[in-house]
Amino acid sequence: MGRTYHIIKYLCLLVWTAFVVFPFLWALSTSFKDANAVTSGARYLPWVEFEPSVQGWTSLFASGSQGINIVTPFLNSASVTLLASIVSLGLGTLAAYGLSRYSYKVGFVKNSDITFFFISQRIMPPIVLAIPFFLMLKEIQALDTIFGLVIVYVALLLPIAVWVMTDFFASIPKELDEMAMIDGCTPIGAFFRVVLPNSTAGLVVAGMFCLIFGWNDFFFAFILTFTETQLLPVAIVSLNSSVTPWWSLSAFALISVTPLALIAIVVERFMSRGSLAGAFR
Amino acid sequence: MLSLKNISTTHRKRPLCNLSAELESGKIYTILGRTGAGKTELLRIVMGLDDIADGHLELDGQNLADRPVRLRQMSMVYQQFINYPHLTVVQNVAFPLRRQGFSRADAHDRAMAALALVGLAGFEHRMPPELSGGQQQRVAIARAIVKKARILLMDEPLANLDYKLREKLREEFPRLLAENADGIILYSTTEPAEAMQLGHEMIVMHEGCILAMGAPADIFENPATVEVAKLVSDPPVSICHGEIANGQLMLAGTALPEGAGLVLKGDGPIQVGIRPDALSIGGDMPAKVVLAEFSGSDTIVHLSLEFGAAVMLLEGIHEFKTDQSIQVSLDTSTLLLFSAEGKNITERRSNG
Repeated sequence: MGRTYHIIKYLCLLVWTAFVVFPFLWALSTSFKDANAVTSGARYLPWVEFEPSVQGWTSLFASGSQGINIVTPFLNSASVTLLASIVSLGLGTLAAYGLSRYSYKVGFVKNSDITFFFISQRIMPPIVLAIPFFLMLKEIQALDTIFGLVIVYVALLLPIAVWVMTDFFASIPKELDEMAMIDGCTPIGAFFRVVLPNSTAGLVVAGMFCLIFGWNDFFFAFILTFTETQLLPVAIVSLNSSVTPWWSLSAFALISVTPLALIAIVVERFMSRGSLAGAFR
Repeated sequence: MLSLKNISTTHRKRPLCNLSAELESGKIYTILGRTGAGKTELLRIVMGLDDIADGHLELDGQNLADRPVRLRQMSMVYQQFINYPHLTVVQNVAFPLRRQGFSRADAHDRAMAALALVGLAGFEHRMPPELSGGQQQRVAIARAIVKKARILLMDEPLANLDYKLREKLREEFPRLLAENADGIILYSTTEPAEAMQLGHEMIVMHEGCILAMGAPADIFENPATVEVAKLVSDPPVSICHGEIANGQLMLAGTALPEGAGLVLKGDGPIQVGIRPDALSIGGDMPAKVVLAEFSGSDTIVHLSLEFGAAVMLLEGIHEFKTDQSIQVSLDTSTLLLFSAEGKNITERRSNG
């Protein structure tokens, strides 16, 4: 029973792993192909089924007409995502703390309505927001700029941060903040000295969500930029023309997922060490 | 002196109604009441964590209402083991001292002394989640007493501990609380024995109101109302309906023997309080066992008598079967008499 169970378990895991990893392996394989290898049927194994070429990778960093500039979109994406995530996490954490600890009532609007207002920003289809964002950025002359994108991304990521952190703060007993105030802290001091240091797990999760959503967004990066401030997802899609360089596109795609993969690995190690284990019982 | 003057709150769960009390420095006040009686709410308004809807709260004649929590010179021990999970044990205890402006070294030394006092020397570099429940509560107690606060509030600090730990800490409390001997200590509990053992004075609360306040022995001997009598005794005093007719105390139509030393004035219906130790095995009163349970080295027997239900407390372990018929006797000298409205009307003849 035990042996059969283990065999079935690992077979299932193997199938699932293949399912998850296969697109990456295919992209990796394609990034080392040339035009001939790409267009002559499915081929997977370098040196066996096709002769590998590094043209896909070198073209990303080459200059001139053959070159595809990856550095600028990469830095643009990194700047916009990091800035927007930091601002969203900062504002979102403060908003979530307020919502979880204090009761607000203005007319018929209460805490639950405010929380729903934040979440509703993510319920709306992005196309509904696109035109207002476009007009607003145009008004402040921030179209096609990093600053403009950061503003829009903060509006998109803030609901995620508020949502995750409100839920997390609800799991921290409010007696902990009260105790900090009894022990001599101001309310804001209690937040920074006691609540925030005990919120690492929530901050990491919210930060991860912000980074993932910010990094992967294509729609707003496409609508609100033209030529000056191109982000990675748009740059990748722009490679798709009458003759698509699949080898460069694959290398480009692999580079674009690398930062998130690295962050996920670091966070997973961090979590498995128990650093984020629940501190309250 | 901490003065509560006609304090009321609008708390959703348990509003407090018109509380008044004068609490003197150097005394331990135990607040006794069932869950939901308003004990925690009283402590929270004293601490400033909840708002007062009406009334005045003064410390040495100074209005406390507008003073922020951090400036109230108070400390608190919660029922839950509330410690700072990201700080070591010694950092936890030193935390309030650092906020008070003590240097790092001074705060550390004082924290170490407090930890030694609560029996946690050697645990100073552990993190709170690594400690047992009892040890975590000791850290919270050390942090509360190290401040030498004017007012120390303890909200059922033993409620979440197992029986043995509770007994042990309860025995240690007089020594630990002596650290705050000059201050006012408010200690809430649901256990009458704890309230009477620790308190110089006892405040009995029920449904958001103070029913009685005074020396524990006085309240126990002479409870003001039926509710107080029930609350200050564990097992609780059994209340049966009776009447006074022609100068005799009647229970279920049977006159109880004279000799109880009770003054029986005015005919009419009354409520009779029977202390658990007033009933004993043997005698001529038929009873049926409803339930028998062991509590430590005692046996608590729930009985069905002719005049109603009553609880009998027996020393030692006694085996009873459900529905077993037994004979019991009633010591009428300790009976409590209450009016039909529940007010204590017990009068005893003086021996002199």
